[in-house]
Amino acid sequence: MPTSETSHSNANIRHRYRERTTASGFRSSSNQSVKTDRSRQLDISMLTQGLGWFSVALGTAELLFPRGVTNASGVARPHSGLTRLFGARELASGIGILTSRGQAQAPWIKARVAGDALDLAALGLALLAPRNRRSLTLLSILAVAGVTALDVLASQELQRQRTSRADRFTFGVPIETTLLVNQTPQACYDFWRKLENLPTFMHHLESVKVADDGTSHWVSKAPLGTHVEWDAEITDDRPGALLSWKSLPGSQIHNSGTVRFEEYVGGRGTLLVVNLVYDAPGGPMGAALARVLGEEPKVQIRDDLRRFKQLIETGEIPTTRGQPAGRRSRLSRLFGKGETP
Amino acid sequence: MKANCWYGKHDLRVEEVPDPKILNPRDAILRVTSTAICGSDLHLYNGFVPGMMEGDIMGHEFMGEVVEVGKGVKNLKVGDRVVNPFPIACGSCFFCQGQEYSLCENSNPNAQFAEKLWGHSPAGLFGYTHLLGGYAGGQAEYARVPYADVGPIKIPEGLSDDQVLFLSDVLPTGYMGAENCNIRPGDTVAVWGCGPVGQFAIVSAFLLGAGRVIAIDRFPERLRMAREHGFADTLNYEEVNVQEALKDMTGGRGPDSCIDAVGMEGHLPGVLGSYDKIKHIMRLETDRPIALRQALMACRNGGTVSVAGVYGGLIDKVPFGAIVNRALTIKSGQTHVQRYLQPLLERIQKGEIDPSFIITHHMALEDAAKGFDIFLKKQQECVKVVLKPGDRSELGKGSSPPTVH
Repeated sequence: MPTSETSHSNANIRHRYRERTTASGFRSSSNQSVKTDRSRQLDISMLTQGLGWFSVALGTAELLFPRGVTNASGVARPHSGLTRLFGARELASGIGILTSRGQAQAPWIKARVAGDALDLAALGLALLAPRNRRSLTLLSILAVAGVTALDVLASQELQRQRTSRADRFTFGVPIETTLLVNQTPQACYDFWRKLENLPTFMHHLESVKVADDGTSHWVSKAPLGTHVEWDAEITDDRPGALLSWKSLPGSQIHNSGTVRFEEYVGGRGTLLVVNLVYDAPGGPMGAALARVLGEEPKVQIRDDLRRFKQLIETGEIPTTRGQPAGRRSRLSRLFGKGETP
Repeated sequence: MKANCWYGKHDLRVEEVPDPKILNPRDAILRVTSTAICGSDLHLYNGFVPGMMEGDIMGHEFMGEVVEVGKGVKNLKVGDRVVNPFPIACGSCFFCQGQEYSLCENSNPNAQFAEKLWGHSPAGLFGYTHLLGGYAGGQAEYARVPYADVGPIKIPEGLSDDQVLFLSDVLPTGYMGAENCNIRPGDTVAVWGCGPVGQFAIVSAFLLGAGRVIAIDRFPERLRMAREHGFADTLNYEEVNVQEALKDMTGGRGPDSCIDAVGMEGHLPGVLGSYDKIKHIMRLETDRPIALRQALMACRNGGTVSVAGVYGGLIDKVPFGAIVNRALTIKSGQTHVQRYLQPLLERIQKGEIDPSFIITHHMALEDAAKGFDIFLKKQQECVKVVLKPGDRSELGKGSSPPTVH
């Protein structure tokens, strides 16, 4: 008959299957109280959906029938190449809007506004050319101006909703990654708890500075050479076991994370379980774009954890940057692939 | 410094490149005194392995004198003479602690790429594509060695470079290939490939208790070396049918274990060989498992096939049914060199083995391209080429007349 002692020791050997909390646990329940707020959300989403479909339709037309479109705008010369380019841009915005929800649509709406400005400028130039049918061009300008107004409206409303909903996530990109580390949970926790250490293995972070009141200021690299900054606080701290943090309301980017330091079965070290949620600017299309640029979040965090493991197991991160080589090809120099990280 | 750099298929150039420097606290810099060309280097030379970039420095079999150590290296000092193992191992991960150094979890900075190809990443290697870290190799005047407190072994006085250089790769590789056969006293072991690894596998098989070793190749000088230095019985596969011969020699049962010391660029005359060659050229097959197929068919029931030769990708038409229905064991892996350095060095010191017998050519580093060419084409009875950086006084241009010691 197993005593409580043997069952306890058995627990160390046998892995007990447990429910894994996913990052979706960070999605808060919707706030029921403000009905008008909700109905405004619906209005805006109907508007953005409409704009998305409009973009898709117009973009497709510009791509497939460029001469038809220029004729309808009263422009005499075909300008097929340029129209197709505009069409591609229009289509991309449309797809971006239609594949995002809520706040993630905001950058795509902004892209539409920029596109509208381009369209208006092009049509404005067309007005100056004598061979064009100016009445048609004017009509097009009016139509585009109307759509521009809707775009601006949508953009502003999304912005307003963003700041009022700062502490609730309506769209997060949940990421969970694990890694087995040949060290004790306590040692792993101690290293991670010093938040200033994070940039040594999280290469997308420029710096993390901890203030006296326990909050921290984070600076991160973002796609296309930009930067993002936010402040965060520790929300749960169990030494040797768990650490949770969350960005403060009003942050440029909403980010929260939990790292668990679990003792792995069989005495095989520590299982690092990292859950991250953050608002990816641009939704799934934005994430897809980031992937193309080589910065997909899940891959990034896994590489970060690999570097954490290298640091804590060996004291250094292996590198070949700075090693000698013969002449690199032009292509590899262009992509900076002459050396590995 | 001068270094042998890769620029494409059959395009190696010894050029002036910057000297290596300490990049991490546990690094050391060696002045390379001897470095060899490996059979697996030929796969890079022939353009069969993905992940090479123009300008990569070749070479993973090297030894030399320590000229600089990082702050974190306590066991080596400037002036020490060391042989350096070809896998890079951190010493503190799960695999290194289990003495499986070629499986180190930390030493490949490009682990994510190797993962995509093979499921998980093995250790980083010197001079062997960016899949395995893109580390600059040792066919150069100087080399940077990461985790220098784990890898290099100090060489005592009284042993020449030629006697110990092969501790870096081919000697432990042949030894581990034989060890993986789980040889019982008196066993018959068949070895495909009488290049350097095959030669050392033959010698090691006897050291580990084999009663008989049968060696298979087509080059007379290599078969002769196997007979004279390895005391093996030999088969020339261009003259006899190997499967039939092995059956005859073992009374129908087959060898107790088989070692594939050939790898991905196997050769066979006739239609079967052409099948693999054509598929290989058309990139429908990445590796040519000629020797592996033969070994699987020839091995006795319940025996072990030890794959010491290098394969990189996918193989075709392998008799898996033979493995399942006849209870064969397959053992393989990149050599855990660090594990074998000390024991094999002791055997060399005791005179139980003198690895220098495989050397047929000494050349200056500058002649590396010529060395590769001779080695690839098996010209001048070439078995092993050793390059000497910077030390021209002993050598003329080109190779010395081949001698089998």
